[in-house]
Amino acid sequence: MTTVLEDKIAGLKQQLFTMAGTVEEMIADSVKALVNKDPALAAQVTGPDEDRVNRLEIENEDAAINLVALYQPEASNLRAVVMIIKINNDLERLGDHAVNIAQAAQYLMGRPAVKPLVDIPKMADYAIGMLKDSLDAFTRNDAELARSVCGRDNIVDDLNDTVKQDLAKLMSTDAATIDRALKLMMVSLNLERIADLATNVAEDVIYIATGEVIKHHCKEEPQNPDH
Amino acid sequence: MTKTKISIDGLNLWFSDNHVLKDVSFAIPANAVTAIMGPSGCGKSTLLRTINRMNDLIPSARVTGDIQIDGESIFAGTTDVIDLRKRVGMVFQKPNPFPKSVIENVAFGPRIHRMGNHSEIRQRVERALRHANLWDEVKGRLHDNAFSLSGGQQQRLCTARALSVEPEIILLDEPASALDPHSTAKLEELIRQLKQDYTVVIVTHNMQQAARVSDWCAFLMLGELVEFGRTDRIFTNPRDKRTEDFLSGRFG
Repeated sequence: MTTVLEDKIAGLKQQLFTMAGTVEEMIADSVKALVNKDPALAAQVTGPDEDRVNRLEIENEDAAINLVALYQPEASNLRAVVMIIKINNDLERLGDHAVNIAQAAQYLMGRPAVKPLVDIPKMADYAIGMLKDSLDAFTRNDAELARSVCGRDNIVDDLNDTVKQDLAKLMSTDAATIDRALKLMMVSLNLERIADLATNVAEDVIYIATGEVIKHHCKEEPQNPDH
Repeated sequence: MTKTKISIDGLNLWFSDNHVLKDVSFAIPANAVTAIMGPSGCGKSTLLRTINRMNDLIPSARVTGDIQIDGESIFAGTTDVIDLRKRVGMVFQKPNPFPKSVIENVAFGPRIHRMGNHSEIRQRVERALRHANLWDEVKGRLHDNAFSLSGGQQQRLCTARALSVEPEIILLDEPASALDPHSTAKLEELIRQLKQDYTVVIVTHNMQQAARVSDWCAFLMLGELVEFGRTDRIFTNPRDKRTEDFLSGRFG
């Protein structure tokens, strides 16, 4: 028999998945808008999508606070509610990063490209993949999948370093590219933050599923059994 | 818009010189659970017992102000108190079944109110026991003495007894305080179901229970209504410092 509290937590998780779906789409769309120079897609991310995510964040937070106040969750239920509050916050931040990328896309699409976009779409693919997996892990309470996400953060960090070096070189040789190169650097930085937040979500999922705290150690441990 | 079932208006109550309820006013919504909470001695049970005029039984009790059910005063000269108590059923702190069989306990009300022939009353009993989530547990022992049931079952039997005369309002006075956690959970589930068909008012000094089962909450202190509002709002963002102090365990 599930209790009223467990039903409420399941409902709240469902609301969080809806929000996560929108955030995932926003990130993919913002990068697509950048690559394809698509103003309508960028406007969708900075307008209605962001409004929706902001509204959902407040609704989810209210619902979670009410749950704590009215039902006094304990043990795994308590871990779930606290983590829902944190993941809710992370999702809103992820939405903000997508908006930053879409705004950079809006700036860049009317101007000549400074370099072909190779590493940035690659970073986006990795970051979105990490986010997808951490949210799937959340849906299924799957600590193993969540652990695999943690290990992938380094790849995105390395790509970010490469992009930064390439752009620094470009700016030092051609000062006219500085404004556009800085925008691209910002896009890269936002993608790196997206991967970080996906890692946070994965760490939270491990905590919900097992009660184990792996924060700040996640990268130090071999995550892939093949390693 | 929430429909009001019980309207309490400037209610004052004295036992001799003791001013127990002081100018209490609020509206209890229909088809919802309203909890009355507050520290011991704040007048919450007295307020509950005023709704079906149980305090009439205490000679020194004196009331001013009004309580209306569906817009009609329960203190009007034309009000039949027996009829009022049929409309407003009550379940008490300690399970108090009659020293009779399970079936006789539930059939008692319908019988004295002449609510149908033998088979109709039998149907009524079954309906009330099902409604109180007790039928499956007692259907094979309807003729056993009610005292042979567990405390939690006895309390649900008393609820079935209250439901058997088809009241509109159910008053619950600390209904779970004598029950273990499992029986309490079952009773709370029942309370949540009852609001589909009835207006439920519950007195409790267990604020977690008020939080779990109620939609609306009235907080009483020293006979005064401090605050009334939606339970989620009261528990997350009380407006009055006294409510905040009570919920935070600073007193009470």
